[in-house]
Amino acid sequence: MKKTIKTIKVDADKCNGCRACEVICSAYHAEPRYSSVNPAKSRIQVITHRLQDIWLPVFAGEYTPAECMGRDKYIIDGKEYDECSFCRAAFPSRGMFKDPDSGLPLKCDMCETDPPLSQPKCVEACLNNVLIYQEREEEVEEEVAQDEIQTGLEALVDKHGFQKVIDAFALMANRS
Amino acid sequence: MRYAETGYNLEIDLTTGSIERVETDPKMMELYLGGLGTSVKIHWDRVGPEVKAFDPENLLIFSGGLLCGTPAFSANRTLVSFISPQTDLLAYPMMGGFWSTELKYAGYDKVVIRGKSPKLVYISINNDKVEIRDASHLKGKGALETQELIREELKDPKVQVAAIGLAGENRVFVASIEQSRSSSARGGGGAVMGDKGIKAIAVRGTKDVNVARGAEFMHHVQDLAKFISHRNENPIKEVMPIMSGVGSPQMMKHIDEKWHTESFAWGNARVRRKDFWTEEIDKSWTKSQTNAIKRFISCFNCPQQCGALICHEDVPPYMMKCFSKLTYAMAAFVDDLDFTWRICKKAFEYGLDSFSTPQILAFAVELYEAGILTDADFEGCPTDKEGRFFWLLDRLSRREGIGDYLADGTYWAARRIGKGAEAFDHNTTKKHEQMNIKLGMFDPLYFLMFATNEKISITQIEGNWPQAPFPSKEARESFVADWPQLPNEKFKKYFLDWEPRGEFANPYYPTPEIASEIVDWMETLHNIDDALGLCAGMGSFCFKPAYHIHNYPKFISAATGMDMDEESLKKIVNRSRNLHRAFNNRRGMSRADEKPPQDHWKHRFPELEEKLLTTYYQFKGWNYDGIPTRERLHELDLDDVADDLEQRGILKGGQDEKDDQNNQG
Repeated sequence: MKKTIKTIKVDADKCNGCRACEVICSAYHAEPRYSSVNPAKSRIQVITHRLQDIWLPVFAGEYTPAECMGRDKYIIDGKEYDECSFCRAAFPSRGMFKDPDSGLPLKCDMCETDPPLSQPKCVEACLNNVLIYQEREEEVEEEVAQDEIQTGLEALVDKHGFQKVIDAFALMANRS
Repeated sequence: MRYAETGYNLEIDLTTGSIERVETDPKMMELYLGGLGTSVKIHWDRVGPEVKAFDPENLLIFSGGLLCGTPAFSANRTLVSFISPQTDLLAYPMMGGFWSTELKYAGYDKVVIRGKSPKLVYISINNDKVEIRDASHLKGKGALETQELIREELKDPKVQVAAIGLAGENRVFVASIEQSRSSSARGGGGAVMGDKGIKAIAVRGTKDVNVARGAEFMHHVQDLAKFISHRNENPIKEVMPIMSGVGSPQMMKHIDEKWHTESFAWGNARVRRKDFWTEEIDKSWTKSQTNAIKRFISCFNCPQQCGALICHEDVPPYMMKCFSKLTYAMAAFVDDLDFTWRICKKAFEYGLDSFSTPQILAFAVELYEAGILTDADFEGCPTDKEGRFFWLLDRLSRREGIGDYLADGTYWAARRIGKGAEAFDHNTTKKHEQMNIKLGMFDPLYFLMFATNEKISITQIEGNWPQAPFPSKEARESFVADWPQLPNEKFKKYFLDWEPRGEFANPYYPTPEIASEIVDWMETLHNIDDALGLCAGMGSFCFKPAYHIHNYPKFISAATGMDMDEESLKKIVNRSRNLHRAFNNRRGMSRADEKPPQDHWKHRFPELEEKLLTTYYQFKGWNYDGIPTRERLHELDLDDVADDLEQRGILKGGQDEKDDQNNQG
């Protein structure tokens, strides 16, 4: 089946570090909408090292409970980046991409809403065209999802035994 | 819940080491908005006229503006206010960048600092956690270097740091406070900060700033975005390129500097070089600037890019903005403009104002050439122009030898040096160095701005009104055709009638009455921006700007929930304007001090100048001496201020006396 994939291309060379994307993201996701601003709650963060000429907008991706040992450095065009600069994940020991009040992970939702916006709010707010919204159609096999579930369950069974997984599943089914 | 403002100030006493988070009175926002307005009120209430710049009682206030931290574009000004060591009056230099918004997100509108620390410290603000930390390891470090070192120490690249360099530590009267790509520079805030023993203030915040009617507010922001995009695509065609858009004058983007280098004065604001900009210089400078500017940089939440990251040859990277690009090169009278990339790095690290400092150095060179300063004073100084300026810059920042005199600025240095040096102090008003311009014909608008505004520095007073009449009627007509920012239609006629020569030209047109209206309007816009924390490049210092008198009230109403119209907004800023004046009057400022730079214009008109001043004072509701009258203060709910001025004998009671005085002009 076909699925629309939404992406934001980041042309970091054009970024001037104004952080308007952080402002609008946090305002849009405030409850009620636009009632407050707090860049620390933004699902896009501009990583900034001014004198090294690093301005890098990064979007919050999936939460991962795993700790990452990434400590490598990349030199690109004469500029030294931590590999973490490019990482989109929220994880336990990382401060970025977590709600500062609750500590819950944040994830970019492409501002999906009903009716849909023509583009995410950060893209609209970036008047310098650093953020470029793109949609593309991709062929997705439904079985893939099925496979993933099965793989996950098998891992749980391996770890906890068949009966415990069934019990947990029954409990969850009852609750819902 | 408080809207737009956080409702809390941070009060720090460095003498006792006490730190308090103090809830502010919501009434203050209704009366003074925020930013400059509420800061002036604090200074009035707590800093008596006997307090001098380096007394522990002098308050150093770092403030955001009312709209800082909201989604309003370019609402990012940090306003630092204090009694200036140079002028002995209330100074309030502002900087863009990222500091004040971070402060708002940390939960504070202002940091109010009193007292002095016995040793060098820096203040670290992280939401509710506020610490006074040892800074002995930062002593003598550069103002830019310090920002990086503190960020590393606190292990957070999003910490915003305002820091001083060596000049501030040494209480140089023209020392600045540097932060990101911005400087709070005029009037010596860095010296007051250094005197208090503060190397830097670091701030990090992760709290909400609330907006009362968010959806409505965003609607106004979208209108702004449309206007800005429109202006970027359609620059104003009747004015020169650097002034044709929105944002600060675009000196990082525009390369052709024929206008500045040939129209402004070189050296100690003395001589024009009318044939400086040759084809050869144009070519070499184009290459030099294009290579040096690595990237354009914005301030917080601003779609324009008025600053730049500079990487020139072996000079370590730093950031620059606006006219600092040329001030040192022109003052040093060099032929090779590349000098600017090198000296500015050093000057920003020392933390020095790029308007005052170059003139002070050029003043020293003049005194040397005139034989007033001698070889003994210049012992060890290189003889080439560039080397000499580096040497003087170093001396001034360290207060070594003659540098100790120069560090007090042109006015005070001239008086301390004596031997006729006073005659070389020709470009100051109220003891403060002005822009390096010398012109022919007296200009009534600029006369009033130079003479009367509390800001003292002309670049922060002028703004919406073109600096000179347009020669052709067609150009004037096309300019006024699309000018909705004007307060009313009358102003269009003033502009259409204003001509380069003849009856409707300077000095007699605009007439004193019209000049009063125009100057008051421009000043009002600056006062609004300064209360809201908006960049003047988006409002008061810009032709046909994004923010103007007809849309400010919409932003304030939606942000705060207070319903505001143009008249009530004007009344609020008029209140803080008059309180500011009363504050300076209480410190001894009056009509005798209200003068333009001595030789700013070749052609002067003493009688007309007196008439202009008197007419403007009347327009403002001030008496002959430039003191707000009781009637004006009463209209602005400032009766207690009138009482205070009367008790001190500054304001003499009685309507008749005031009228008599006003008629003297």
